[in-house]
Order: sequence, then structure tokens, then C-alpha cells
Amino acid sequence: MAEQTVERAGSAPARPASPRRKWTDSPHLWFWIFVGPFIAGLLVFVVIPILWSVWLSFYDARNTVTPTHFVGFDNYRRMLGDASFRSSLITFVVFAAFIVPTTFVLSLGLAVLVNGVRRGKAFFRSVFFLPTACSYVVAAMIWRHSLFGGTAAGMVNTVMGWLGGAPIAWLSIVHPPWYWLVLVSVRLWLQVGFFMVLFLAALQRVPQQLYEAAALDGATGWKAFRYITFPQLRATSTAVLMLLLVNAFQAFDEFYNVLSTTGGYPPYARPPLVYLFNVALGNGQDFGDGSAGAVILTLIIAIFALLQGRFTGIGRRES
Amino acid sequence: MTRYSIRGRQFRTDEGVPRSVGVAGSLRPQPPTRTGTPRTPSRRQLLAAGGGILLSGALAACGGNTGRSSGGSGDGSSAGGGGAGGGGAISQWYHQYGEQGTEQAVKKYAAAYKKAKVNVQWIPGNYDQKSAAALLTKSGPDVFEYGNGPTIDMITGKQVVDLTDVFGDAKDDFTASLLDRMTWKGKIYGVPQVVDMQLFVYRKSMLQKAGVQPPKTLDDLVAAAKKLTTGKVKGLFLGNDGGAGILAGPVLWSSGHDYLKDGEPDFANADVAGALAKFHELFTSGHLLLGAPTDWSDPGAITSGLTAMQWTGLWNFPMLKDKLGDDFGVLPFPAIGTSGKPSVPVGAYASCVSAKAKDVAAAKAFVKWLWVDQTDDQLDFAQSYGFHVPSRQSLIGKATKLQSGEAKTAAGYLKTYGHPQTPLLWSPKSATAMTDAIDKIVRSGADSSKSLAGVAKTVTAELKRIGG
Repeated sequence: MAEQTVERAGSAPARPASPRRKWTDSPHLWFWIFVGPFIAGLLVFVVIPILWSVWLSFYDARNTVTPTHFVGFDNYRRMLGDASFRSSLITFVVFAAFIVPTTFVLSLGLAVLVNGVRRGKAFFRSVFFLPTACSYVVAAMIWRHSLFGGTAAGMVNTVMGWLGGAPIAWLSIVHPPWYWLVLVSVRLWLQVGFFMVLFLAALQRVPQQLYEAAALDGATGWKAFRYITFPQLRATSTAVLMLLLVNAFQAFDEFYNVLSTTGGYPPYARPPLVYLFNVALGNGQDFGDGSAGAVILTLIIAIFALLQGRFTGIGRRES
Repeated sequence: MTRYSIRGRQFRTDEGVPRSVGVAGSLRPQPPTRTGTPRTPSRRQLLAAGGGILLSGALAACGGNTGRSSGGSGDGSSAGGGGAGGGGAISQWYHQYGEQGTEQAVKKYAAAYKKAKVNVQWIPGNYDQKSAAALLTKSGPDVFEYGNGPTIDMITGKQVVDLTDVFGDAKDDFTASLLDRMTWKGKIYGVPQVVDMQLFVYRKSMLQKAGVQPPKTLDDLVAAAKKLTTGKVKGLFLGNDGGAGILAGPVLWSSGHDYLKDGEPDFANADVAGALAKFHELFTSGHLLLGAPTDWSDPGAITSGLTAMQWTGLWNFPMLKDKLGDDFGVLPFPAIGTSGKPSVPVGAYASCVSAKAKDVAAAKAFVKWLWVDQTDDQLDFAQSYGFHVPSRQSLIGKATKLQSGEAKTAAGYLKTYGHPQTPLLWSPKSATAMTDAIDKIVRSGADSSKSLAGVAKTVTAELKRIGG
């Protein structure tokens, strides 16, 4: 591109082109017009806040985002010593260990089934994908108030009533922790369809002749899936796993809307982001501690992503 | 991908429909001929328009909630007349009061102020977070209300200004315990607007039918809850979290203790631990209403017949009267143990002035005018919409609705048993630690003595941080 520009610039005086044309001709201009707003947005809303947050994490930043009192690693020490924050981190490591494989298996299973139907493929694809278009907040409200309403009038309780069961206050009782049933089911409903579509797209790119050749060698059904389909989906699988992992640690919307009450968010199934939201942006207004927590969370996600990469072979050279 | 596009929505729903204030503003100066003659816009115009839309989109996203065109009542009483900018105007923030007519009322008061233009902004959802965050910027409010006055960190962070001088001679007329709550090092940082309290309400007919006397002690309350539970009606409702969110203060005061005493935690003791353990028993007894469609702050559970007794707020009196007629009575939180006395939590939204206000003196003058001098407006605000107690003693006598029936009884509790909700030095971090601990004690049966000792440690560290 540089060469081209030099050439243009050099030849410009010789050409009797109008000055206006010369002005719009520059490739730089169009590059910046199209890319500029995006870069500006990225800088203003992503890069600067991230750097600012890292900076804040080393300062005593209560009720201010322009602190002056440097405290070194004090905020980090305090956050790591905070039992509530630690417990929310541990809870969400466990949550990720459960939700990532579950969503993965369910969406892959659905994709294989939908891919296999002879008629109405488009119908099933749309039906399963539709929840993706639903707002997390709306879904959380429906789950909380109508499906899992705690009185006998709640939908699940009504069905249980027909079967002779007593109503359960799903979100009030913590032994057993029924709230996980509500949270996991709403998350699966919202997310499975999206990842199913990713898998469907990948499934449709598996060459048909591989199956034909395998069938000749006697590999059909489960064997074909195990030795042809699954290996062919490797690129998509690693991407899906990565997205799921990040999603699990960044849980906020449906948790916040399902569990928080007049008194705030209870100390059960409290995502790290909800805890940090309360520390930094809630009444706490402690941006130093909040930022330190955010950096810790980012590091944890990065470590798990790297570990996952090692196990699933992302970034490894294709052999 | 889905997550990122969806992430922001949770906040937006709180804020209501994002208003296209920015777009309208940027389009208004366009010459009218533009719409009449269809011609192809030049590239430059397109770019400019695109930039304008981007910019106003960003503005609408950031400040979809500026309240400039709130209400839609068309009475123009927001005193701004759509005042975009309106240099020199005082911007005043309120949280969204649930009662009909409150928004119109506060706009009416503001419109009557002659010395400056006041733009009332009505903020729905997550008010505490939004106002606290807005104080960091210059576009925040000049005058704003905050529950029980500003937090200690707002005061020590110099985000709010000293309002001691706006009280003048009227200072002694304000409820002393509430002013104490808003005082730091001898300076008062908020003007109480109206007083709210929480208390028990019960269905007289249900208690009569079950042969239960209104409970006077915690043991009575537990026994009454048991007797009143029949079929689908539960005996008692303390909120869907089994009371975890509301018990802290009442349990401490009713057992003869407090959050802090002489600057030290006063809750990590056997009295409080024993009382909280009883609430765990109550939680598992099956006599508590759990999972109700509305929480304790709404009278829905008791008015729809799901429970016989409920913890709720004085603000619900009009609705209780409307739905239940005379079939309800009121009670303070009962005494616990031998040394305890009944108690009720008392809170007040207080008017504060931001240190970043465009004109601090003008903002203070307005606060003085409305919340100290305009006693008629204060009385109207306390009585005509929701149901509150005026914060000035001299007005309580004039509040006709407090002169009879259950309202009179409640006002009596306020005087005899009232405690400010939390002390000023009770920081948000201390509050979270306490609520978490009580939740774990009540709902999951955690060891109450150990949990309270843990809270005391956090609170002591917070007190040390804040300094005396």
C-alpha cells in the first residue's frame, strides 16, 4: 500500500485531475473512514477502560476514578483474602466444569440430530435457535416468576401438584440448592441453540465422501461419528469450548435477575462479576478493589483458556 | 457473541425505554426545506449525518436516562420545558417512588421555585448505584436524594457538601436521631425529606379465628406463625429470603444491642446468635411463606391472603387500607429475651448537594427552600401519595392521616421504638458482610456465633479504615 501511495503522490501533479478527486482518491482516507470509527470505539470503550482498570487496581480508589494514593498490591491482597470473593471464584470454577461440557454435549447432540432429519431441517434449526434471540433478562424473569414461582401457582409447582407433590420455593430454599436447577436450565435454554448452529454449519462442511468411504469399511452410526464426524469438528469444537468457558466465568445477567432481591444478591451462586459489580459500582464504589478483582478474574480465565488449549490442541499445528 | 450484545440490556431495562433525546436534539436545527425537496445528499452530508447519528446514539446510550423528557404528563412542570442543557439550571434527582402522583408532585414543587430553573429527573431502577456513579462526573445531579443520607465514603471522599447552615433555626425541629445519622465531625450532610419505617402487619380476622394474640416476644411470634399456618396460608412472611435482608437491625435492637456501641461492634454475642438461630428454625419449620410473587416491601403477600402476618413498610398503608379495610393491625419487631425491647427501623431519604454541582450555593439555597422552608410541600409529600411521616416534629402534629387508627399506633411505635436503620459508620462493605452472614445463618444453618465473629472482624477493619 505504501508503494502505491508514493506512486500516486508522485504522479499527482502531472495529472490534470480535479482537486476534489485527488482528495477522495487517497486509500488512507477510505481506510480510516471505514476502520476509524471501529478503532475509536474499541479504544474508547475497551482498550482505555481495561488499561484504566489495571491502573486503578494499584490505587486507593474509593468514590473516585482519578485516585492519587498508590497502594501497590494492597487491593490484590485484600481481594484474595476476601472469603466471599474466593468462594465466588471457586463456585464458578465448579460451575464452569459442569456447564461447559453439558452445553457442549447438548448442542453437539442437537446439531447431529437436526442435521440428520430428512424433512423440516429448517424448522427445527429455527426452533432451537430462537431462544438465542431472547433477552437474558426476559428469560430470567419468566423462569423466576412463572416457571419456577415459589407458590403453588408457579408452573412447575402446578405440574407437581397434579402429581401429588408439595410446592417448592425454588429460589428460597438453599438445602437442597434448587436455585441451580433454575439457573442451569435457563442458561441451557438460552445458549444451546446458538452453539448448535455453529456445530450445524461445521457438520455441513464435512465431505460426504468420507462417510461413503467409511461406510465401505464398515464404519456407520456411532463409529462414523467417533472416527469421522467428531475429528472433523475439531476446529469448531475448540472455538465452542473457548466461548463456553469465557461465558461461564462472565455469567451475570440471568444470575443477577433470577437471584437478587430487595436486600441485594444472596451469598449463594454469586458470580464473581456480580460480586465485583457490587464492590465497584454498587454502594461500595470501591474502584481499586473492584479493578483488582477484575484483573484476578481475567488472569483466571486466561489460565483456564491456556490449559484448555493444551488439552484440546488449539493453536497446535494441524498435522 | 450473544453475550456481548445481550450484556448491556439488563441495565437498560431498568432505565425504561431509551429515549432518543440525543437524536431529536441533533435533528432539530435542520432547515425545514430539507424534508420538502427530495435530492440526493452529497457524500459529505451523508458522512456528517452518519457521524451525527453515531454520536447521538452514543449519547442516548450513555444518558438514556437524563430525565429530560420524563413523565410525559405534558404539564411542562419539570420547569425545564425540555431544557436540553438549560445553562444554570439545577438538576435534581429522585429515585422512582412507587406511589401514583409522586413524580408530578415533586415537579410541581420544583416549578414553583422562582430563583432558579430546576430540572427534576426521575430515575427508575438501581437508583443507589446510578446516583453514586453519577457523582463521579460533572453531568451528575446537583441536588439528589440518598437513602439515610450520603454514605461515609461520599462524605470523606468530598463528593457531597456540608449542609449544616441550611437548617438555621429549624434544626431542632428535625428528628434528632436522623440528623445524627447524617452528621460527620459536627457537620450535617443531608436534609431528611420524609421518614419511613418498617413494621409487622397482621390480619386481625385470621388471628382471631386461630385464637392468637398479637405476639409480644420472639417466642410468641414463632408460636403464632405455627398456629396461623393452615393449608395454603402461611403464618408469617419475612421476605422471600426468609428474612435475611431485614433481620439485622431489628434482631440487634430487640435483643438489647446495636450495630455499633462506643465505636465497637456490638452484635457478636450470645443474645444475637441465639435469636438468629431461632430464625433458622423458623425457616425450616414450614410456617414461613417463601417464594411469594412479591417481596416484603410490597403488601401483595398479605393482601392476597398468602400469609397472616408480614413484615413490610409504612409506605404500604394506603394499599393495605384499600385492600383489607380495617382488617389489619400493626406491631413492632417483638422483644427478644429478658433484656430486650420492641423495635422498628426508621429511615429517611435525605436531600444532598453534590460537590460537583454547577453552582453549589444555588443548589443549597434550593434544598433549604424546599426541604426546610416549604412546610406545606413537605406535608403534602409525606401524606398525599405514599404514606410517610414528616421529618419535622412540628409537622407530625399537622399530619391528619397520622391522627387515628393503625397509622396513629404506627406513629407511636416510631417515637417509642424507632432506631435509625444503620449507623453512618456502617459502610457498604460491613453491610454486605452482615447480610451475607445472616443469610447463611437463617437459610443454610451456618453457626451463628462463628459467622457473627467473622462479621465483627470485617467491621472492625472498616472502622479502622474510616478512622474516628
